Amino acid sequence: MILNSKIPEGPLDEKWTRYKKTAKLVNPANRKKLDVIVIGTGLAGSSIAASLGEMGYQVKSFCFQDSPRRAHSVAAQGGVNAAKNYKNDGDSVYRMFVDTLKGGDFRAREANVYRMAECSLNLIDQAVAQGVPFGREYGGYLNNRSFGGVQVSRTFYARGQTGQQLLLGAYQALMRQVGKGTVQLFTRHEMLDVVVIDGKARGVIVRNLDTGDIERHAAHTVVLATGGYGKIYYLSTLAMGCNGSAIWRAHKKGALMASPSWIQIHPTSLPQSGSYQSKLTLMSESLRNDGRIWVPMKEGETREPNAIPEEERDYYLERRYPAFGNLAPRDISSRAAKERIDAGFGIGPLKNAVYLDFAKAISEQGKQKIQEKYGNLFDMYEKITGYDAYSVPMMISPSAHFSMGGLWVDYELMTSLPGLFALGEANFADHGANRLGANSLLQASVDGYFIGPYTIANYLANDIHTGKISTDHIAFERAEEDVRKQIDVFLKIKGSKTVDYFHKTLGKILYDYCGLARNEKGLRYAIEEIRKLKQEFFKDVIVSGEADTLNSELEKAGRVADYFEIGELMCYDALTRNESCGAHFREEYQTADGEALRNDAEYQFISAWLWKGENEEPELVKEPLTFEEIQPTVRSYK
Amino acid sequence: MIMDLYLKIWRQKDRNATGKLVTYTLTDLNPHMSFLEMLDILNEQLITGGEEPVEFDHDCREGICGQCGMMINGIAHGPLKHTTTCQLHLRSFKDKDTITIEPFRSAAFHIKKDLKVDRSAFDRIISSGGFVSINTGQAPDATAIPISHELAESAFDSAACIGCGACVATCKNGSAALFTSAKITHMALLPQGKEERSQRVINMIKQMDKESFGHCSNTEACEVECPQGISVLNIARMNFEYNKALFFKKK
Repeated sequence: MILNSKIPEGPLDEKWTRYKKTAKLVNPANRKKLDVIVIGTGLAGSSIAASLGEMGYQVKSFCFQDSPRRAHSVAAQGGVNAAKNYKNDGDSVYRMFVDTLKGGDFRAREANVYRMAECSLNLIDQAVAQGVPFGREYGGYLNNRSFGGVQVSRTFYARGQTGQQLLLGAYQALMRQVGKGTVQLFTRHEMLDVVVIDGKARGVIVRNLDTGDIERHAAHTVVLATGGYGKIYYLSTLAMGCNGSAIWRAHKKGALMASPSWIQIHPTSLPQSGSYQSKLTLMSESLRNDGRIWVPMKEGETREPNAIPEEERDYYLERRYPAFGNLAPRDISSRAAKERIDAGFGIGPLKNAVYLDFAKAISEQGKQKIQEKYGNLFDMYEKITGYDAYSVPMMISPSAHFSMGGLWVDYELMTSLPGLFALGEANFADHGANRLGANSLLQASVDGYFIGPYTIANYLANDIHTGKISTDHIAFERAEEDVRKQIDVFLKIKGSKTVDYFHKTLGKILYDYCGLARNEKGLRYAIEEIRKLKQEFFKDVIVSGEADTLNSELEKAGRVADYFEIGELMCYDALTRNESCGAHFREEYQTADGEALRNDAEYQFISAWLWKGENEEPELVKEPLTFEEIQPTVRSYK
Repeated sequence: MIMDLYLKIWRQKDRNATGKLVTYTLTDLNPHMSFLEMLDILNEQLITGGEEPVEFDHDCREGICGQCGMMINGIAHGPLKHTTTCQLHLRSFKDKDTITIEPFRSAAFHIKKDLKVDRSAFDRIISSGGFVSINTGQAPDATAIPISHELAESAFDSAACIGCGACVATCKNGSAALFTSAKITHMALLPQGKEERSQRVINMIKQMDKESFGHCSNTEACEVECPQGISVLNIARMNFEYNKALFFKKK
């Protein structure tokens, strides 16, 4: 199998313009004959559904939440990047492209990364026009802050709720189309399968989560904007409902998964405090603009943080990475924290955290200024932990956060299954092996507002004579039958352990062996353990309730069943990449001072995986990466 | 330190069934546990004991998605001010407390099951006008319209609403005035929203009245319970915008 990434010819900065110039169009009268299904209503899903609706296509939009506004884009705190250079600090599309490519450890396509940086300019315009209340300076112009891995201020923000405000902008655009009737909205519906007719994605099987009804929906194209699968670790910064089922079921229908093991472990979340814990709340990376990270120099330190004198503190990021200091990229900051914690310098009741200290910033800028910038984050911290971070340092710890991996897509964001598109975090495309802060809101929005509308239209232009797709096709019948059968299986097991038990056990295996650090032995062990756990699940899980009612346990069972298989593939992916790059740190491949050792000669490619069936080893398909504009260098933040 | 709690939880099979409060006892709870994690533990026990778990809405568990929400001892989102249910921890309660947990009840929010309610009326209100009518690609440069720091901050204060429905559940009239007015104010303050402000307020209030929400009688209970601290001054502005819009409306 050969993967065609369909990168347009021409110089890097002209590729997207050339693509747009030559992409096929659909005339307005034909658009209403074309049906589009969009799964997910986060930033990518809402924006593509709204944009296609505005253009006149017939769109059906689905989400599992009770309102599109609840999708997890809502939780992104810190900001969204754009190369506007409003700060006059030397920023440009090219600079942003270089930062992002380097931040991703040269494991992304140049053309995709450049396009994201290019489209970032339009996104800020679009969001402001929608009424997104970005932070402003006193003269009325837009303000910026800095994020990790860059030396300019290119991050636009709306206090610590940037994701919420951007999502509400997209949600409102979506609801406007719902009001006009161009988009039909199906909340509390979960996609359970993609329907493939003559090799093309032509519809979906969904379950109405309130009634249990299984429904068929047909369309000319299906767009998955279903986010990431970082919740596979159970403890993560993600929402409880985030899952990988839509992309995984598409994978089993022929769409390749790319780099599944590249999952970002975010350095600044709240540490775990007990076994009952259900989630690790994120504290925005923006806090690292003013907060300094440290651990005590003395192993097993027992004094309160404020009682530890300055000279007995180890500001390890400033020490190891003086050029970037506390704003070192996420993968590097998380690993540095793990290194200190593993060496016995961790703090807090479980010795699993490090300090994030604002004393210096408060003494220099005053409490009010810090409150203005991060007030809601400090409030949230106090609600969860009971501590006032204005007077004592925060305790933070690394936690699973973002999946750089996802469905393999070409330059048009189409998966290897024709007619199936993947947008936003659901695809693998733009972040390489490590995503820079404030680039995820950007990628989701850019995919939905500015890329999808061109590339999906280009695909639909071939379908103007196809006519309505019928849900009576045998492929719909079979897919529906499979879905019903699986539900039946879950309900009939009637074992003794809850779905959450299995999810937590799987998460622990993945944290230990396919998390911040991996090695061959551990990965092989994890594959065996996950297989055993999956077998136990199908023998001993208990799913209460019935199929034809609202049943949260049944919803979770389907997601966890998929997580076993995703987890196994993550381990294969990590096992076959004998190098360290970005979030993927193989202990066998590191420098003498513990930095990642990349191997460009042998591993300068994207690993895309083909599903070969249950209990079969997946097949690895390589997409080589070529760099024309900049040559990969050792990624140094020292 | 550990604690024991007695819970009285509203159980209702579906929209049409008759519900009732059922009593449960939980022992050996950690006070640092969140309120929803306490319900997770209860559900774990119910499921392994062969019973159906308590259905409740939740998702992000960090106070921003607006999906969680229940009446805890008669207070929307519980005793802690300006907090969603998911951000409430057991340290806000005492050992051996009895806690009554009920859904967000209101004529416009019917119960789906146990503590889950239907809040889709909020989506329909937004759909009727809570937006700027701009298509993708039509935007001018972001700096074309300067907006003062203070104005942007005020607009944000209104835009911060998470759509949880605590305001409706806590209002004795079941009014959605705080929710609707927050969006109207957000849009009316900013220059981007000015072109449509008259039609917007008329349409949104019309939709609000069409749903089964009650009228606002200025008790201000909504502001007290709002997790985002949305001010009742938004309602005053909505009324002002509405009267102005009706007065100048072309016949």
